Amino acid sequence: MARNLSEAQGWARRWAGGFWILGIWLTGCTAQSPSILAPVSPKGRAEAELFWFILLITAGVFVLVETLLLYAVFRFRARDLQAIPPQIHGNNALEISWTTATALGLAIIFALTWRTMAATSTPPADALPVKVIGRQWWWEFQYPTLGITTANELVIPVGRPIRALVTSADVIHSFWVPQLGGKMDAIPGRENPVWLQSDVEGVFYGQCAELCGISHANMRLRVRAVSEAEFQRWVEAQRAPAAQPVEPLAQQGYQVFMSKACVGCHAIEGTPAQGKVGPNLTHFGSRTTIAAGLLENTPENLARWLDNPQAVKPGALMPRLGLTPEEIQALVAYLLSLK
Amino acid sequence: MASQTVTMPRVYEERGLLAWLTTVDHKRIGILYILGAGFFALIGGLEALLIRTQLAAPNNQVLVGEAYNQVLTMHGTTMVFLVVMPVLAGLGNYVIPLMIGARDMAYPRLNAFGVWMFLLGGLFLNLSFLLGGAPDAGWFGYAPLTVKTFSRGTGIDFWILGLQLLGISSITSSINFVSTILLLRAPGLSLNRLPLFAWTTLVTAFLILFAMPSISAALFLLFLDRHLGTHFFNPAAGGDPLLWQHLFWFFGHPEVYIMILPAMGIVSEILPVFSRKPLFGYTAVAYSSVAIGFIGFTVWAHHMFAVGLPDVVNAFFSAASMLVAVPTAIKVFNWIATIWGGAVRYQTPFLFAAAFVALFVIGGLSGLFLAAVPVDWQVTDTYFVVAHFHYTLFGGSMFAIVAGIYYWFPKITGRFLDERLGRWHFALQFIGFNMAFFPMHFLGLAGMPRRIYTYAPGLGWEGLNLLATVGAFILALGFVVFFVNVVRSLAVGTPAPADPWDGHTLEWLTSSPPPPYNFAHIPVVRSRRPVWDLKYTGNPHARPVVEIIEGDNRKEGEDAPEEPIHLPAPSIWPLVIAAGLTLFALGLVTHWIFAPFGVLLFALGIARWATQPLFPEAPGGH
Repeated sequence: MARNLSEAQGWARRWAGGFWILGIWLTGCTAQSPSILAPVSPKGRAEAELFWFILLITAGVFVLVETLLLYAVFRFRARDLQAIPPQIHGNNALEISWTTATALGLAIIFALTWRTMAATSTPPADALPVKVIGRQWWWEFQYPTLGITTANELVIPVGRPIRALVTSADVIHSFWVPQLGGKMDAIPGRENPVWLQSDVEGVFYGQCAELCGISHANMRLRVRAVSEAEFQRWVEAQRAPAAQPVEPLAQQGYQVFMSKACVGCHAIEGTPAQGKVGPNLTHFGSRTTIAAGLLENTPENLARWLDNPQAVKPGALMPRLGLTPEEIQALVAYLLSLK
Repeated sequence: MASQTVTMPRVYEERGLLAWLTTVDHKRIGILYILGAGFFALIGGLEALLIRTQLAAPNNQVLVGEAYNQVLTMHGTTMVFLVVMPVLAGLGNYVIPLMIGARDMAYPRLNAFGVWMFLLGGLFLNLSFLLGGAPDAGWFGYAPLTVKTFSRGTGIDFWILGLQLLGISSITSSINFVSTILLLRAPGLSLNRLPLFAWTTLVTAFLILFAMPSISAALFLLFLDRHLGTHFFNPAAGGDPLLWQHLFWFFGHPEVYIMILPAMGIVSEILPVFSRKPLFGYTAVAYSSVAIGFIGFTVWAHHMFAVGLPDVVNAFFSAASMLVAVPTAIKVFNWIATIWGGAVRYQTPFLFAAAFVALFVIGGLSGLFLAAVPVDWQVTDTYFVVAHFHYTLFGGSMFAIVAGIYYWFPKITGRFLDERLGRWHFALQFIGFNMAFFPMHFLGLAGMPRRIYTYAPGLGWEGLNLLATVGAFILALGFVVFFVNVVRSLAVGTPAPADPWDGHTLEWLTSSPPPPYNFAHIPVVRSRRPVWDLKYTGNPHARPVVEIIEGDNRKEGEDAPEEPIHLPAPSIWPLVIAAGLTLFALGLVTHWIFAPFGVLLFALGIARWATQPLFPEAPGGH
């Protein structure tokens, strides 16, 4: 039975893949999309296969029903407005047939749904645990077995299953990286496990999928899937304490950071800054984006953010500190030195 | 003829404001519902256009952050509670007593209270825009985003109390529909002869009665959390945010059927008339509505597949959700079979009703993807869902509502809507709708979440979003044509006879518009299509024996009813009670000083309502 279902799914995918409008769409305007139909994980692939299978069935029903409807409307247009057609009140055999056919079709879809669900809802036992914490409006990632805390960019080793434990520190968010599989809600007081994995190296776009306040649209994230060797190097670098500033400007930035309100919210390991409200900045310079994936991590963008966070991300909880341009330049130099 | 014994309060003869403010006539109340819903549809529609304008291009700055969330929330809340539900209640109010041969609804003053509560509740909700900001947490208001910690303003309070007021309106109108349909049917009109619109409205009324208490309780708990320091939804103190979701969706999913079932009823009236055939499989269509009503209460957690419920729970709700497709498919096949072999007339009501079937099928089929849990994990909270429910609620409910308005407009106003403008309206609405919402399926699959006010370029979302925005404006243009058509037809439309469409049901027996007492003689019903059978003498192939039955389309006084007709007296107190409740709610949200005045008005209204006799003294005495 399971094999037959699996064959049916593969067959469905091949046929539905030829469905012309989707073909045009896939190759056309959304080629760069974080599409659920371009999965790179076992879970994402199983979900996409189920999608194609249901599409095949529903496309068939769609064509059948719309054809019957259009045929009836055009074929039986009244030519004589006084004509009275035969008064037919129903047909039991016909009605029982279409009821049964519908129920059978649904039973098949449900069987495949159950099978896919059972195969993908629980992460494998040997998975690497990662805690995903949604916060207004950014993501915190903790690797409890590795002692690493980072933000907005999740680095994972390619091919290795990840057990993401999703939760929230404030309101409900939803953690979603389409190409790695379905979303999981981040609910305060709960830890929901979800299986993440990437079978290819690359950067995968994701973002919050549950309305969580003003900057819901600006709560983005990236998952970077890297080779096992590169992941090990990354882990070692992340576990090291923060780099000491060397450049004079960066040293000046260090002073600004430690003397301003920054320390109240941010932690930089190995320094007096131990705030827990905002993102951990120990290895800030190693990240490719800032402000929950809104901007590339460049000196210009970082200066823009430090000058007025709300202008970049409306509602951002980081206050506008009224920094002078000199202080901002110094902070940029310091923060980007935290590789 | 013999002596005239219609006991009719003088005010029925009056035009003018006071006559409308004190009316207890189901027809005038129906018109008030429809006009009110039309007004709010204008607001909700403008909100939709604002949303689409903001999303037309990446990083747009038309409607950003907080403002976007307010408009988004009010668009959803408005369309559900202030447009679709009340317009269906309005059509039901106007048509159903006529359809079942009754002289009014069972509780005329409660009926008037319902419409005032709706209108004032709707104004109260929209007042929030002017008084410190509208609600901004989505029409589903998930806790804890809605608790005081995360929503400090009064927007959420306006939302909580506004929905409570509207809930009171819905409950009273449902009690009225249940009582009217079960108790006031004409002699011979047994339930298995009941027109489908009355059937589906009956089921809907039961759904409202069982679903509303759940959201009322949830809103009450949320209000306590916000203002009295309880912790029902605060996990840090032992509460649970998921409690909100269960209570909300236990209402929220039946709510979907509340909005679609009467629409299905309208289509089940129109398709047979314009195909000149009886409804195919009447019993199956009626019972499938009842089945949808029951199953509709067992599917709520399919809105919660991504909250981390156990597999077995998800599987149950998945199976139940798929099960709804069976009675729904039964209806679709029966509608097509109704048209099949008919003598189809392409008038505007038929065009919209046939389009309803075509579009609702798409919404139903896309629903199957959402019922399949693993696919739902991917597409829930994306634009795929936005596409799906607009195909059911706009392609479905709204197309049927428009069909119903074209169909019953001649009955209500005595004039036809213009056919040529109707066709333009249809073309624009059909093309605009599909252009606006079909691309959203692809946006969802391409990873675009719902409820985001902006998006970055380079994700492949630009083209489809622009297309959707263009479609939305074409759709809006369709409604402009509709508006022009209504205004123009009211003034210079072709006068309509009692039975303009060669109809089947009792509303076509009386004049257009009907007299205040609906029927001089209460008709006796002997079949499912009493008016058709009157015209065609039971011989299905006969030519009409009478051109058109004029029914009671007679000048008043020309003919006398066989017995005295008692019509209830007009009353201002339903409006006073509704105003009192609204003022009380305003006091809770803004300044407390309004609250005691609200209570006073409420108490005064109750006291006067209770002591005012329902029927005035008959002038002649009898």
